[in-house]
Amino acid sequence: MTINLTLLVVMGAMLAIGIYLMLERSLTRVLLGIILISNGVNLLILQTAGRAGEAPLYNEDLEAGDYLDPLPQALLLTAIVIAFAMVALVLALIYRSWVLARQDEVTDDEEDRRVAQSIGAHDPEEDDEVSTETSEFIDSMDPATGSIRQVDPSERAEGPGEVER
Amino acid sequence: MEVNLLEFVPLAVLLPFFGAAFAFAFYRNQATQKAITIGTLIATVTLEIVLLTEVWHGGAHAVHLAGWPAPFGIAMVIDRFAALMLVVSSIITLAVLLYAVGQGAAEERNDSGPVSIFYPTYLILVAGVSNAFLAGDLFNLYVGFEIFLTASYVLLTLGGGEARIRAGVTYVVVSILSSMLFLITIGLMYAATGTVNLADLALKLTELDHGTQLMLHVMLLVAFGIKAAVFPLAFWLPDSYPTAPAPVTAVFAGLLTKVGIYAMIRTETLLFPGERINTALMIVAALTMIVGILGALVQADIKRMLSFTLISHIGYLVFGLALSSIIGMAATIYYVAHHITIQTTLFLVTGLIERRAGTANVDRLGGLARISPVLAVLFFIPALNLAGIPPFSGFVGKLGMMQGGIAENTWITWTLVFASVLTSLLTLLAIARIWAKGFWRKAEDVENPERILKQKTLAHARAANKRLLPSTMVAPTALLVGMSLAFTIFAGPLMNFSRVAAQDMYERTPYLDAVLGEERVDGVREDLVDFTTGHLIDLDTGDDGAAEFAPVETSLQPSMETDDQGSTSVDDPAGSEGPEDLGGDD
Repeated sequence: MTINLTLLVVMGAMLAIGIYLMLERSLTRVLLGIILISNGVNLLILQTAGRAGEAPLYNEDLEAGDYLDPLPQALLLTAIVIAFAMVALVLALIYRSWVLARQDEVTDDEEDRRVAQSIGAHDPEEDDEVSTETSEFIDSMDPATGSIRQVDPSERAEGPGEVER
Repeated sequence: MEVNLLEFVPLAVLLPFFGAAFAFAFYRNQATQKAITIGTLIATVTLEIVLLTEVWHGGAHAVHLAGWPAPFGIAMVIDRFAALMLVVSSIITLAVLLYAVGQGAAEERNDSGPVSIFYPTYLILVAGVSNAFLAGDLFNLYVGFEIFLTASYVLLTLGGGEARIRAGVTYVVVSILSSMLFLITIGLMYAATGTVNLADLALKLTELDHGTQLMLHVMLLVAFGIKAAVFPLAFWLPDSYPTAPAPVTAVFAGLLTKVGIYAMIRTETLLFPGERINTALMIVAALTMIVGILGALVQADIKRMLSFTLISHIGYLVFGLALSSIIGMAATIYYVAHHITIQTTLFLVTGLIERRAGTANVDRLGGLARISPVLAVLFFIPALNLAGIPPFSGFVGKLGMMQGGIAENTWITWTLVFASVLTSLLTLLAIARIWAKGFWRKAEDVENPERILKQKTLAHARAANKRLLPSTMVAPTALLVGMSLAFTIFAGPLMNFSRVAAQDMYERTPYLDAVLGEERVDGVREDLVDFTTGHLIDLDTGDDGAAEFAPVETSLQPSMETDDQGSTSVDDPAGSEGPEDLGGDD
């Protein structure tokens, strides 16, 4: 099977960068990672058709091997649509997370921390959230003191969801 | 003019889809939505039971959509295993739907936001699961996965509260990653073989060299392993499931991981048969069991604890699957059906506990057995069933797997047998903790009880039951408990059915005949039979051997007797067949 080297390299780069971005804590970067990975995969499927060829419309002068294999493109189309829907959904989730909690980060699970603390596996130095502000949005800063507003977990848990409605 | 009922197989996917469309059209009218959804699911269950009875005797059948023959068109294949999974999953979803309707009526609160999306999404989930069970090619399997995963994202984040969004993000990202892995594997498989049809792949994959086969095999298993929550890939599950509403968690726990297991079973039997990576799978199975149940032991929240037992019991399924023997596979098929029911029931009961007591945290529960004996019974039966206490179906399935492991008689299978006994005991411990704390201890002894549990007298408490435990929610739960008991009562026929299904899957020819047509398969039939008889430990002995190993005949007798008979009957044939086994291994 013949493969286009450029496409192969591009695909590899997209997957590598995508995986790197997915390992970040910031949800927006995770989303970018998802987009890159899904497009990298689409490129991979495109390449499974092999060498470029004639359009797959019947022409009696052509040998069977001269046509391009159209099936990967059909699969690819479905995959694109699905990936599009997923990206839209994740974007909605990120927006919702921002509206509710003013944060764009994957937070720790409360119950996990409780279990870790109860068996003494909790190391405050290593496991505590780093209190640096990662968001560039201004309204999380307290205008009076200039300090960064800490969102209290209990305040969050009390359902800003209801406030939203 | 004779109509083959099996030609209606695609309706199992189409009916829920149409139902979803209609339910969505009536989004302003909750009553109509409910009626449409329940009606659709009842129709689907009826159809699938008819299909199961047809397949029970007839065997596999393939429907070629739009008349395109197999490797080119899209095929939907129903065989015994798929039919059983369809019926069990639909009955479960129907029961959970009734529970959800009851809960909605009881809470009189619209939990589904501005547009009532719960019912249509639920139907789409059912359609996706059915599509995955029936898919005859890898890409259709992928589409089925995506359909129900997308529906599950919506259901998990229903209402959009903060906890659910947080849990939802983890779940969505992990699921997307596993889907991407699956898609990459599909691409590579197509590049290697030029087909995505499962039956066609089964024939063509054997022509590849071993390294490529192994890579594709492992990639598929990893992709499905994430969905099935197998040990190193299960971290997402206890994080995301417990936050959803009780009915949603119940249906997720029962069904979604099992679709992953279903895909793994298909991979192992149809695409890559043989015992190439069985040892690796068994190690993974043992770790899944032990790590899962150890996780369950430290949880205080019942929902989280159940999520961990869910992971742990996936280990049993992988164990049975990795045995590559008919006994092991038959037990796995039986155990999948049993476990779907049990896990769903337990999550529904936990929903009831949460309603009655205001919390699912065992440290704050107490006196429930006195307050509501019905609730106690509803919890007690599936809980013991989960731990595998003898008369129940969990025991029958586990016994089958252990017998398979003992019959294979290698160090790794013995390790697995010990691991599964240990896991069973630890499950019992975890269950007993909930029972002792939540149900048996007096409400006065609880340090920080929920206010709702502190009633003045027992009469007051019992009076509150009526309001907090409406019969519309208790009845579907009781229905599922009844169904789990039916697995014990009908263990004999079901186990026989599972054994035939397992034999079909290992022989592969029924499936291939149905999809590709007999002429195509005839050329390679001898190779296939040779392969199967060479690799399967107990296919030679035919039904006689399987019947001797099978635990089903004794399921209703006292447990001690079953044990004795089981072990003696295993010892004899294992000794006499010893040389043959070794031949198969080499």
